[in-house]
Amino acid sequence: MPKIKLSQRTIEIVREICASFENNEGELINVLHETQHKLGYLPAEVQELIANELNMSVAKVYGVVTFYSFFNMIPQGEFPISVCMGTACYVRGAEQILHEIKRQLNIEVGQSTPDGKFSLNCLRCVGACGLAPVVMVGEKVYGRVAPQQVRKIIAEYQEGCVKPEKHEM
Amino acid sequence: MADYRMHLLVCGGTGCKSSESEQIRDNLLAEVERYGLNDEVQVVMTGCFGFCGKGPIVKVLPDNTFYVLVKPEDAATIVEEHVVMGRKVNDLLYLDPESDEPISDSKQMDFHKKQVRIALRNCGVINPENIDEYIARDGYAALATCLSEKSPQQVINEIKLSGQRGRGGGGFPTGLKWEITSKSQADQKYVVCNADEGDPGAFMDRSILEGDPHSVIEAMAICGYCTGSTKGLVYIRAEYPLAIQRLKTAIHQAREYGLLGDVIFGTTFSFDITLRYGAGAFVCGEETALIHSMEGLRGEPTFKPPFPSESGYLGKPTTVNNVETLASIPVIINKGAAFFNSIGTEKSKGTKVFALAGKINNVGLIEVPMGTTLREVIFDIGGGIKGGKKFKSVQTGGPSGGCLTNSFLDTPIDYDNLIAAGSMMGSGGMIVMDEDDCMVSIAKFYLEFTLDESCGKCTPCRIGNKRLYEILDKITKGLGTEEDLTRLRSLCNVIKDTSLCGLGQTSPNPILSTLDNFYDEYLAHVRDHKCPAGQCKSLVKYSIDNEKCTGCTLCFRNCPVGAITGEKRSPHFIDNAICIKCGVCYDKCKFDAVSVS
Repeated sequence: MPKIKLSQRTIEIVREICASFENNEGELINVLHETQHKLGYLPAEVQELIANELNMSVAKVYGVVTFYSFFNMIPQGEFPISVCMGTACYVRGAEQILHEIKRQLNIEVGQSTPDGKFSLNCLRCVGACGLAPVVMVGEKVYGRVAPQQVRKIIAEYQEGCVKPEKHEM
Repeated sequence: MADYRMHLLVCGGTGCKSSESEQIRDNLLAEVERYGLNDEVQVVMTGCFGFCGKGPIVKVLPDNTFYVLVKPEDAATIVEEHVVMGRKVNDLLYLDPESDEPISDSKQMDFHKKQVRIALRNCGVINPENIDEYIARDGYAALATCLSEKSPQQVINEIKLSGQRGRGGGGFPTGLKWEITSKSQADQKYVVCNADEGDPGAFMDRSILEGDPHSVIEAMAICGYCTGSTKGLVYIRAEYPLAIQRLKTAIHQAREYGLLGDVIFGTTFSFDITLRYGAGAFVCGEETALIHSMEGLRGEPTFKPPFPSESGYLGKPTTVNNVETLASIPVIINKGAAFFNSIGTEKSKGTKVFALAGKINNVGLIEVPMGTTLREVIFDIGGGIKGGKKFKSVQTGGPSGGCLTNSFLDTPIDYDNLIAAGSMMGSGGMIVMDEDDCMVSIAKFYLEFTLDESCGKCTPCRIGNKRLYEILDKITKGLGTEEDLTRLRSLCNVIKDTSLCGLGQTSPNPILSTLDNFYDEYLAHVRDHKCPAGQCKSLVKYSIDNEKCTGCTLCFRNCPVGAITGEKRSPHFIDNAICIKCGVCYDKCKFDAVSVS
């Protein structure tokens, strides 16, 4: 993975977060949550910085980041798509939905589209089993999704982000 | 406080909120205001009603009218017709599946008739963000009774007498757990609420935290009093943002009312609660793994003993209880152990919440007395199988449980009966499957889950499950042999016997139970290379019957990959080289012309 250089601002943000948890090693997971919330993902350089601040080894931080599925080491797309693969969604056809999204976007699970607009992930049960199968785009939940609807859902965001004002910039 | 003549309750659970229930509430509020009825009619956003399959739900009190599948634009009609004119909106009422007649009083719905709600008593009744509503329904009365009238040992005795067992899956007696912690000597002890609901398809903990967070807070304080702990921690999944927010609000309100903090109810007892977030690891539901995760480490389980009751969080005695277990505690104190003990079977007392999902009509959350049969749950309360299909199996206990068949439908549900039947209670997820579900694929699905979630610490789980998965994958691709079935079974037994924690010890259950109950289906895959349910893609082929096809083009228009060709009004064809076997053509065809082989 190519090295990235963290901006002074990013370094400050991470330091502030660590300080807000009193640089306590036991708060590592909370620190990671907060950092990912602010920065979007947790690249190796950020992990090094956190290890430094909390006075622990980088290996331990990396061990925790890779253990939990919630933490990402690569940037997410502008519109992260998550397909629920809980059992309730699975028996109601989530696999076909996932297949269709992969086909439409031409990416695999865990990847982003080249333009950075979409990324695709699976998650285990958002607890909205009444709406199975469920797809989330960002925070928005789409329930009772059929494979034929996938194209429409993606189009909503494709059009949504080609806003005229953006082109003028 | 205003004296309202009518209440409009809008479901604010995750499911209904995802279907715009907030907009429904806002529209109802605007309509009520437009008619100048603010002093007469109150609009309340509550927790989950449990009838998630037909959400969003709006319930009207005092007449118990239950509106289903409500849309934001229906708000005007509800207020104009029901509130102002006093006429029910027939189009929005739930239809009785048998008579097709609208049911106007929710108490008459089969879904509600057999339920006894203890842990869910306030869900869908009160506004979870208002502590006064919880207090009005006997909230914090149990804590007051404990602190002012009972010694910790008396409370523990009461819980022991009630016969309550942990609702997270293990079924360990709650009172005994508390007693062990209370007898451990330490300068600091902890109460932990396990809200890391990882079992996919189970959502009762989420619903309780969203719909009645104070019941959990109150119970944690009672546990603190009994065990001599002043600090409580809730370990909650980060995937549940709404539950986190409601819990935070509730903790804040409890502090303001002096129900958390120092000198609670003027006694010397102090207790406070903080939150810890999970980060997506199923194994963290196991209590030792959960404790490591709270300490900021990888959530790997460690060998027991020592049990957390003796040495847990930061090496101190820790009581770990599940959300549903805690939510019932105030009721046991308020109504007495005898009340709780009178419900249920000989060894499993009280009620249990189940999350019904899958191919069932009434997807949702229900609470029934222990000892209710699967048939009552699935057919009476659950309304039977979706689309009139045939019941095939019900999976209980999540990835650690098993698949039960027709022959178990009349078994009373309790901890011991489910284990005897080759499954387990688990947290209470019930996934119903119909004739279209392939049991080998289901077993493979669970194994895939276990593979993802295995922490990798012990070899049988890390490598053994991988081998199990490979064998299942081979079978679903039509490449398996009968010897594979023998190998599958013996490997399952090795993994069960030698894994370190509950995850590995139970991960082969979905395979073993399907091997026991659906051996024919495995045989069909390996002997005839056929998938009887038509699910295994490598083994099925879709084709169109020339005679039956009318050339309506419906399949052509719906095929997502363009595998279907044909002119209007003449028979169509499926190109199997392009076909992804999604089955859309099969579902869409109105003339039965598409067949699966």
